[in-house]
Amino acid sequence: MQTQLRHIKPGDWLTLILGSVCVILITLKLWNGELADKAIIRSGGKIFREVPLSRDQHIEVPGPLGTSIVTIEKRKVRITSDPSPRQYCVRQGWLQQSGEIAICLPNEVSVELAGGKKKYDSLNY
Amino acid sequence: MTVSTIKLDTTAEDHHIAGMAAIALGLTVLENAIPSPLPGVKPGLANIVTLIVLSRYGWRAAAWVSLLRVVAGSLLFGSFLAPGFFLSLAGATLSLLVLAFAQHLPKRWFGPVSHSIYAAFAHITGQMLVVYLWLIPHTGIAYLIPIFATAALVFGTVNGLIAAKFMDNGETANKPVSENPS
Repeated sequence: MQTQLRHIKPGDWLTLILGSVCVILITLKLWNGELADKAIIRSGGKIFREVPLSRDQHIEVPGPLGTSIVTIEKRKVRITSDPSPRQYCVRQGWLQQSGEIAICLPNEVSVELAGGKKKYDSLNY
Repeated sequence: MTVSTIKLDTTAEDHHIAGMAAIALGLTVLENAIPSPLPGVKPGLANIVTLIVLSRYGWRAAAWVSLLRVVAGSLLFGSFLAPGFFLSLAGATLSLLVLAFAQHLPKRWFGPVSHSIYAAFAHITGQMLVVYLWLIPHTGIAYLIPIFATAALVFGTVNGLIAAKFMDNGETANKPVSENPS
């Protein structure tokens, strides 16, 4: 280990520290997405339905290959079943944070989580 | 019937670049056998060769080795002109651009570890740009950036250390035997 550290010059430490700080800042910025409050379900590129996450339910979404089933449970969303051959979107599992997305190809069905930070608590007129 | 022979005049430098590119290619093949949790998260072992060539033979040779490796590698894996090829090409090109600047950092303070980290960050930046502008034009991919950035930092550092170690060996091999305190 001692011999390895010899190869890191002072400037390299600077680069390392700077790089680490950047990575941490980027992570905090991109991953502090608040919990989402609605799911946008798309089929064939068009919005099929927008559903709030407050109610647990199963939604059947038609696509060119067949029906994909989207499940909402405890404010989390996942694609439970899909006719696409590779099943990437099913294996992706539960989505929870705003901005997360599961895309089923080639069935052209996707679920995206949106919402999160509310800009205001209430409105009065 | 005339027999025509095409003869290319090659220099010793050409042979050297070809040899280094072949080593880089070997590392690429080796690396492809390592399973990765996420497509795109790879150690980038071939970049060790690029770093060594950069410090010994300059930027031009490093660019040759790196680009030859990308093209030959894609031919080997059958991904020439496929999305994966353009991802590699974008990553390699941006890395080389950044290295063109990074190599002028004062040698006393900055070594291959810095070069490697800057190049690794440039590499993922190039790839993410291609992914965003061409393959998946959706802001959702921003979610993956922290993973790629962390991988770049870790693998960049490790590759830089390995490259530094090799350069060190090369230097001591050329020098007469001297005492090594460590």
